Order: sequence, then C-alpha cells, then structure tokens
Amino acid sequence: MTTNESTNLEPRLELRGVTKIYPTVVANDDVNLKVVPGEIHAVLGENGAGKSTLMKIIYGVTRPDRGEMFWEGKHVEVSKPAEARRLGIGMVFQHFSLFETLTVAQNIALGVDEPFDLQQLSDRISEVSHRYGLPLDPKRLVHSLSVGERQRVEIVRCLLQEPKLLIMDEPTSVLTPQAVRTLFETLRRLADEGCSILYISHKLEEIRELCHSATVMRGGKVTAQADPRQETATSLARMMIGRELPVFEHGAAKGDGTSRLVINGLSRRSDDPFGTDLKDLHLEVKGGEILGIAGISGNGQQELLLALSGEKPLDRSDAAAIKIDGHGVGHLNAAARRDLGLTFVPEERLGRGAVPPMSLSENSLLTGHRNGMVRFGLINNNKVREFAEKCVKNFDVRCGGVQAAAKSLSGGNLQKFIVGREILQKPNVLIAAQPTWGVDVGAAAVIRQELIDLRNEGLAVLVISEELEELFEICDRIVVIAEGRLSPVKPTAETDMEEIGMWMSGLFPGEEADNREIAHA
Amino acid sequence: MLKIEPRPQPSKQMAYLSPLIAVGLTLVTGVIFSLLVGLNPLSAFHAFFISPIDDLYGLGELGVKAAPLMLIAVGLAIGFRSNVWNIGAEGQLTFGAICGGGLALYFYEVESAWILPIMILGGAVGGMLWASIPAFLRTRFNTNEILVSLMLNYVAILLLSYLVHDPWRDPDGFNFPESRLFSDSALLPVVLEGTRLHLGIIIALIAVVLGWIFVRKSFVGYQMQVAGLADLAALYAGFKRKRMVWIGLLVGGGAAGIAGLCEVAGPIGQLLPSVSPGYGYAAIIVAFVGRLHPIGILLASLLMSLLYLGGESAQMDLGLPSAITGVFQGVLLFYLLGADLFINFRVKITKTVATRSVGEVAS
Repeated sequence: MTTNESTNLEPRLELRGVTKIYPTVVANDDVNLKVVPGEIHAVLGENGAGKSTLMKIIYGVTRPDRGEMFWEGKHVEVSKPAEARRLGIGMVFQHFSLFETLTVAQNIALGVDEPFDLQQLSDRISEVSHRYGLPLDPKRLVHSLSVGERQRVEIVRCLLQEPKLLIMDEPTSVLTPQAVRTLFETLRRLADEGCSILYISHKLEEIRELCHSATVMRGGKVTAQADPRQETATSLARMMIGRELPVFEHGAAKGDGTSRLVINGLSRRSDDPFGTDLKDLHLEVKGGEILGIAGISGNGQQELLLALSGEKPLDRSDAAAIKIDGHGVGHLNAAARRDLGLTFVPEERLGRGAVPPMSLSENSLLTGHRNGMVRFGLINNNKVREFAEKCVKNFDVRCGGVQAAAKSLSGGNLQKFIVGREILQKPNVLIAAQPTWGVDVGAAAVIRQELIDLRNEGLAVLVISEELEELFEICDRIVVIAEGRLSPVKPTAETDMEEIGMWMSGLFPGEEADNREIAHA
Repeated sequence: MLKIEPRPQPSKQMAYLSPLIAVGLTLVTGVIFSLLVGLNPLSAFHAFFISPIDDLYGLGELGVKAAPLMLIAVGLAIGFRSNVWNIGAEGQLTFGAICGGGLALYFYEVESAWILPIMILGGAVGGMLWASIPAFLRTRFNTNEILVSLMLNYVAILLLSYLVHDPWRDPDGFNFPESRLFSDSALLPVVLEGTRLHLGIIIALIAVVLGWIFVRKSFVGYQMQVAGLADLAALYAGFKRKRMVWIGLLVGGGAAGIAGLCEVAGPIGQLLPSVSPGYGYAAIIVAFVGRLHPIGILLASLLMSLLYLGGESAQMDLGLPSAITGVFQGVLLFYLLGADLFINFRVKITKTVATRSVGEVAS
C-alpha cells in the first residue's frame, strides 16, 4: 500500500483489516484506512463500493465481522453511535434525520446526550454557526428550511460536540454549486483548526478541489491511495471504475422540431403538507431533443413526475394542461397515456419500475403488454419471453437469464433492463427520472448513450436529474425547477453550471428574489 | 447462538415445505395434547384421521366438506393475491344461501330442470351483492374491507335467522325455526351412489381449474398479482386498482355464495338458522395453507375437511368437546404462519464471539 506524506503524524483514526460480510455481498474486504489530524481525507468509490458501510462501522452503526479500529493510537471498539460521539466522531448522513415540525434548536437538543438549557443551547447554535459561516436561526421551524439549510443543521449539530473527526456522506448531492463552495470553506476552516474530515463522494472534481488525500474503493476493497491534488479527474476515475470514462457521441438528430410533449399551465397543490405545489408550469419538448430539468430534490420534481406519468392524473377539466402529440392527456391514467406513446423510467426501480419478486420476463409484461403479449385476455408466454430476451441482449443486462427475479439484479443492470423495456416499446415521448442515480459508471454511460440515440431517432426525451454534470453532458436544452416553478429554458451550449446553479436556488429571470438560500451563496 | 437473518432470495423449497411442517407440528401437538388429557395417542390419531374415512361413505363426507372449502378458498385466493382482504366469506355464503334458497322456496310448486341453474345463479349473485358492499365502500370511501366484510358476516347470519324464524318459516313445521324442505327439483343430485357427495364437488373442481387459468394465464390475474406485490408498480403501469378491488371481492363473494347455495340445496335441503359450520372462516386458512394456489388449495381443503370430520368423530368416539375442530384449525394456522417466516429468513448458528479486550495497543 502506498503511503502519503502525512505518516509522520500519529493517525487520529486507523482501521486495520476491516471486513463486513452481508448475506449477499462482501461490503468491506480487508479495508485499511488512516486519517491524520487536520486532514480532509476522501473516500472515493462508486455506489455499492462499500463507502457507506465503512463509515457506519466507524460511527458505530454497524459492527464489522473482522478488523480493528484505533483512535489516537488506542485500540477501540465502537458498538453504538453514542460511543463514537464520546470519542469525538461526528457524522452528517446523506439523508437527514430532522423533525419537520420542530425548531432548529429543538432538533439539535434531541441529539444532545447530557442535560442542557434550551436558551443556552440556542445561543451556542448561533455562535457556532456564525463562526463557521453557516448562519442558522435556532428558532426557525425545520420544514421552512431549504435543503441546504437543513444540512447546515446537521453539520452544526455535529460541530457542537467539538468533533475531532467529522464524517460527511455525499454532502453535496443536495446542494447548488454556490452552496457547495460555502460548505467547502467551512470544511477547510475546520481542517485548519485540526479537525479531521472523512469526505465520502463519487464526484471527482470536488475531491480534487477539497481533499488532501484519497482512499479509492471498488467492490468493497481499497484499490488505491492517492493525493487527489496530484491526479486528474481521468486518472481518479480510472482508479474508481478500473477503466477509462466513456465519451458520448451526440450527432445530428432527426425530427422536424414539432413539440411532442407540451405542458401548458400546469398547476397543482400538493397533497403532502410538506410537498411542493406546482405553479403554472409551461414547457415544450420537441422531437429530436433531450430536455433536461435540473433542480435540488424536493422542489417539485416528484409532483411534476406523478402528473406527467399519469400515476396521479389531473382533473378532467385540466386535460389540456399536458399534451402528447397534440392529445390532451392530463386526466388520463398511466396506461392510457402509454397507449398514446409515452413511456417512463421512474426514479425507484424496485417496487415501482419493476415488481421485485417477479422475473424479468414477468416484468416485461408490466408495461410491454401492448406489444402483442396478451390475446383474448390471456398471456402469450412465448412473446413475453422473446421480448425479455431481446431486452436483456440489446441492452447488455447482466443477469441469470430472463427468469431471474428483478430484485436479484444489481441497481445498474435492473435500470438497463427498465430503460430497455421502455425503449423497445418504440415510444414517441420518453420521460426518465434520475436515469443513472445509483448506477455504476459503466452502466450509466450505456444508459446515457441510449437516451441520446433515442433523440437522434426523433423522439422527445425529458430527463429530470439532480446531477448537473449529467444534464450538461446529454441535454440539448435545460430548464430549472425551483419551489414548484420552472425557469426559462436555455440551450445547454448557451449556459453554464454557474448560471444554472444560481437558478436552482430560485433566482431566475422573471422571478421575484424571495429566496433564502441565495443570501448565503 | 441462534441468529435469524434475511435470506438473499425467498426459499422456494421452504414455501412448499412450510405447510407440511405445519401439518407435522399440528400432529405432534395433537399427540402431546392427548397424552395430557390421558388418551392413548394412537387411538386418538385413529379416531381423528382414520376412522372418519375408512369407508366409501366417509370418503364421500370428506368430499362433502371439502367442496365448499375448496370453492370459497379458490375465490378468496384471487383477492388475497392482490391484497384484497375479504374476511366476509361466511356472510357472503349465508347471503348466497338466502338468495338461492329463497328462489327454491319461491318455486316450491314448480317442477323444472331450470330451477337448479337459477338457484346457483341466485347464490352467486347473492354472494356478489354481499361482497359488493365492502367493495363499494373501499373504492368510494377508502374504508377497510377487512372490517366491513367481517361485520357483514353477523348481519347476514342474523338476517337468515330472522327469515327462518318468521317470514320463511315452514307452516307445517311445528314452529321450529326452519324453512320448508326444498322440492326434489331444487336439490343437488348425488354424484356418488351410497354417499351424500353432491354436484357441489364438481362445481368446486371446475372452480379449481378456472382459478388456475386465471392465476397462471390471464392478464387480469397478472395485474392483480402485481397490485398485491407492489402497489406502486401497478400504479406506474396504469393498472386500475379499483377494478381489482371489485374483481377480488366479487369473485370471492360469488364463490362463497355458490358454496352457500350448494350447502342448502345439498346436504341440508332447507334453510336453517345456521347453514355453515364456519366454512367461510376455515376457507381463509385453506387458502393460505394452499399457498393461494388452486392446486394447493385443493389439497388443503381435503386436509381441513378431514379436521372437521375428525373433530366430529372425536366427539363421538372419545367424548371430546366440539371445540376440538376449531382448536386444531387454529393450531394449524399458527404453525403455518410460524413456518412461513423461514421462507424469507433463515436461522444462522453463530459461534459466540469471544469478547475482545479493549486494551491499549501500541500503534
């Protein structure tokens, strides 16, 4: 194993030979890790590489099957998070655990182990949050906070414990580029004060910008130790996925530029009190283009998708608010919209895009039954199997045959199957939500190329994604959704991450500047 | 140390083994039970499982009791597969018997081959009508069909009781709460000479075949299965959830209604205050022991029927109370649910990990 320049310092945290085996997978295989004081240490790897398991072991959420952990030179056993906190380890999870109906101070109070006075605690929250450039009003109710602010609550909660090691699990996946910069400043200041930071991510540029050293994981094993400042994104990617990153071919698109999917004045109140209302949305997706909708999660994407897919149809009077090839479909359910040539790749694969215990064959029938698989109400099993086999072959789905249960496939392979199933039905309009979320880099490249090929065929493709890089890579035009409103549409070539990032925080032309996040950007 | 951990895949083997394990454990429990009350386990076993079916008549009785269980369970399973929990088969059976039996009384004077088919249709429609109440309330007001269908059982049974106590009481019946005996053309023909085995068993077997086709081959059956396994996937594909609730309840209700009619037009031959020894409830157990699969249900209904017969024979030969049947039904379901845990989980024997010392180690 290569060593880095900081070995002369005694490591604050050291892991030796940590192994964690789950019934189906070896999540961590003989992992060694060293973090020295004041170091921002990246743990880099694709989804499923074992990063999160490793962090849970350090934080005492999960116990390893083998291996040892040393804290400031001492052998320790951490069997629960409270013990980890006592050592001085804090963790900010990818998914926040905050109560929406409580204030910031109340939420933080819930995590405090010793007795406290709420007023004093509030003062400390204000003081700590200002010191690290993370302003927070302790009296605000959490449900009124933006996602970035909620993350601040989690970070401040950790900082109050004065941690010596802070674990950040994919912290930037919910932030605008501007908010990412603020976060990085905070992390650098913490590191300068001697706090060690374990920074979990799969975003290469961020790691190169922020981190002092990196441990790269693949398939549960440590595959490399590197100094990210000395590496390029390409070389880091090679360490992470074991080969080169693919390049996309756009080419010229067919299609006469007519609008195939039209959203015309779509408004809807959310049923969920903490959901987002959609406010007078207008959008046209033309044949032969990929239109991307960017935005921080929770800004109306779910509500928009449910309305577009027909899983939650509109009232009959709003039929014309959504049009497919000129037909008003707002009031139709998902099946009726599919009859008009819409197909849809949902964000959740298991349980929504596919029935987990059913075979791939049976899952083809779920939406593919229009392709001659059903006659006189009876299923033609040969046709179903043929379709599934074609899908597996054409889209390189790695599985144990078409009789394999959907849930036995890896996320990436199941996604390839679902995308394939939706494409093989020869749609006119395809909507894809987070098409490569949680998918390994290789499969993501296949899926993106397939979307581009569809566009070249003259289809209208709408992609909703939280990954800006992805949208800039594949989209012809891009639009932002923020607080249930849509920004103006811009050709991708005429904008950049900076502008889109600004828009993601709600500040776009034609919108009043009532946004909170921007004040701190 | 024993540890229960999830299996990577549900075990197919265990899905089939689980009912057998449950039956085996039920037998063991029976042996322990008979030892506790001072019975010879062998003679108790004989009285319970052998003597009821050691002649042709006994085998006929096995079919007489298996028929309604089979028919109802096949119908219920179709709903259960899509998470439509119809617990009201007993009431649907009773209302089917009221409607079909009412037709028999209405056509009391008529001699015609058409009467039976009309009665069977009446039974089916009656069961469906009764099941349509929870279906309507569920699809319209999102009420819980478990509670509604269960409560309606009592309503149907009291309605029948009222009818045979007053308006439909046999005028020549010495004030006994029972209807007239049905006329000959309103009775199901016996299909096996020397037994009471009637046409109902044929209807039940046809239902098994139809049920198998529905489950394995039909697209509607597939849609209902999807809705049962993953509600969001059904919504995603645009399957109509309400239609499935209706189909699930109507098929179950119709089957139960026909079963009720077959009871009153078969072994009973008239309307009585009670027309079923809890077939509607026992069929729920049959459906689950049979893995919600028509062939499994066929076998499970024979087993459950034997428990009914065994319970009766144990009352006569061993002087045990009639509650014995219910006890064994309950024990069987209990073990089945217990054994079913191991379809998705397995037991892992882990060696006790020696506690490692939290000592200082030089780094």
